[in-house]
Amino acid sequence: MKQLTALASALVAGSWSSMLWAADAAKPESKMNITAIVMFFIFVAVTLAITYWAASRTKSTKDFYAAGGGITGFQNGLAIAGDYMSAASFLGISAMVFAKGYDGLIYSIGFLVGWPVILFLMAEQLRNLGRYTFADIVSFRLSRVPIRTLSALGTLFTVILYLIAQMVGAGQLIRTLFGLPYESAVVIVGVLMILYVAFGGMIATTWVQIIKAVLLLTGATFIAFGALNHVGFNLEAFFRSAMEGVKASGLADHKAVVSGNKDIFAPGGLVSDPVSAISLGMALMFGTAGLPHILMRFFTVANAKEARKSVFYATGFIGYFYILTFIIGFGAVVMVAPNPQYVDAIKGTLNGGNNMAAIHMAHATGGDLFLGFVSAVAFATILAVVSGLTLAGASAVSHDIYANAICGGKVDERKEIRISKFSALVIGVIAIFLGIQFEKQNVAFMVGLAFAIAASANFPILILSIYWKNLTTRGAMIGGSLGLISTVTMVVLSKTVWVDVLANKAPLFPYKDPAIFSMTLAFVGCWLFSKLDGSQQAQAERNLFDAQAVRCETGIGASGASNH
Amino acid sequence: MNNDPQDGQLIARIQKNPKYTELVTKRSSFAWKLSWLMLIIYYAFILVVAFAPKSLGTKISEGSVISIGIPIGAGIIVSAFLLTGIYVRRANGEFDELTRQIKEETK
Repeated sequence: MKQLTALASALVAGSWSSMLWAADAAKPESKMNITAIVMFFIFVAVTLAITYWAASRTKSTKDFYAAGGGITGFQNGLAIAGDYMSAASFLGISAMVFAKGYDGLIYSIGFLVGWPVILFLMAEQLRNLGRYTFADIVSFRLSRVPIRTLSALGTLFTVILYLIAQMVGAGQLIRTLFGLPYESAVVIVGVLMILYVAFGGMIATTWVQIIKAVLLLTGATFIAFGALNHVGFNLEAFFRSAMEGVKASGLADHKAVVSGNKDIFAPGGLVSDPVSAISLGMALMFGTAGLPHILMRFFTVANAKEARKSVFYATGFIGYFYILTFIIGFGAVVMVAPNPQYVDAIKGTLNGGNNMAAIHMAHATGGDLFLGFVSAVAFATILAVVSGLTLAGASAVSHDIYANAICGGKVDERKEIRISKFSALVIGVIAIFLGIQFEKQNVAFMVGLAFAIAASANFPILILSIYWKNLTTRGAMIGGSLGLISTVTMVVLSKTVWVDVLANKAPLFPYKDPAIFSMTLAFVGCWLFSKLDGSQQAQAERNLFDAQAVRCETGIGASGASNH
Repeated sequence: MNNDPQDGQLIARIQKNPKYTELVTKRSSFAWKLSWLMLIIYYAFILVVAFAPKSLGTKISEGSVISIGIPIGAGIIVSAFLLTGIYVRRANGEFDELTRQIKEETK
């Protein structure tokens, strides 16, 4: 139970690597991995060429924020899957399966099942109502300035917390894989993401994401097939050798599994008390539905039909990917753990930590060249994810705060784009700076916090504004703020920060995952203060619901009236 | 926003169209049914994990090492994919056709 939230939050978006590798941070790094560096340079060259091409095509705000709406459902499905398949989920989930068996699968399922619900209840409404950011939806009938500001704050909180965790993970991953110093790795990632976003906007960001998704899926497929090929594609033999592998293994995690008399093919007690299990489930599922960089992807396609298709493809790719990580994790028990070449006998882990399970599997199945390929893909993966985050943050500043909250929607497009680019630069510099500052910190809680904020501050006002006629600005402001503040407070008072970071003896809040409480508070706040709101403005907002519903359902007016 | 009378008339016309009512009723009941189905599948799984984790370790057959938890887990992943597929199929066919007709009739 102890590790529950740390693991979950880390797996969600990127600091898993940092968590385990933080232990190795002090150690000078291994030799340069030349193959990986060459392949990575090829990736960078290709993506920069795309950025150059995209820059020439990025003229309007629509191009900048939404790739001109010209991405197909299939491409967008790959890009969404790309935003999801971070280095953390690739390395983290396979490492978790490697160390704990079945528990790894529990997390991947949690990440996946949010998708169908987003599709059924939100995807086309977002597409029909919105233009560039999710604040567009809530400000359709609610008062523009306060609600935009709150939504932009929710976005920026989520994005910055995520980015820092990603940067720290990136630095440590690259140090381990490429043999580059931590600071240079963080600076390379930061500079490249600024270039992609500032010059190429959403067009470049999307293509970087698509290329990376294809490379990652290809690499993972190859490793998983290699693992199954090892036992002649016999599943029974595969799982049997995994079980025997764990019994024979000398690794610390495996000893714990064996001595605890645990079955590696059943849940191993990571999710034990019901409140935490449900709270975690809520954060995983609804957090996804409030992540700004994911929601932005619904505006890059031409219409609601393509938006639906993109979710369908994304769910397929993500589900397939998680099944691969499950096979890779058990494959590592069979092929990596017994091989002294990959094992650090003194520490009782794999070389570079258990997170390297998938990377060692790449070597075991495909040799040095393929190891270089997978390492380069892992680096590319981080680049793509941070670019998406940076773009979401920049859009919140330029579109929500500047263009709409400050200028009331009347603003020169070119000026708005300039501000986006400048915001991307500022966010990038902040991320580089904080990424270096936090090198030695355990930043896992940041991702958990980002996810909890998405679930408790962004999601409630988004879903209520779509479905509940009575939601008013006052209700949304109070409910959303309650969600935001309670999430931050509960995480700070929980063990993750209060004990692990601030070094107090006992946590003041017993659970690591606040979603069940903070989401409830947010919903109750929105409901109660909307009900109590008898102002004239509130009535006007309720009256606008019908117009909103018509557009939501039919898309009439979605690309005509508001799009100029 | 969107308060000009033309817009208001258009909205009233659409709302009066029986096809609009049909679209809204069918689509939302379908969407909520599928959402509940997904939520029930997922939370049933989470509750088994929380309260009876051992039961997922039952072997699929005598002499096998594979637990029922593995096909169940894979099944949930596949069910998420199938549910989205079912929704997309109906929405991109039937619901979009209704929407097209509504747009046509309220021009």
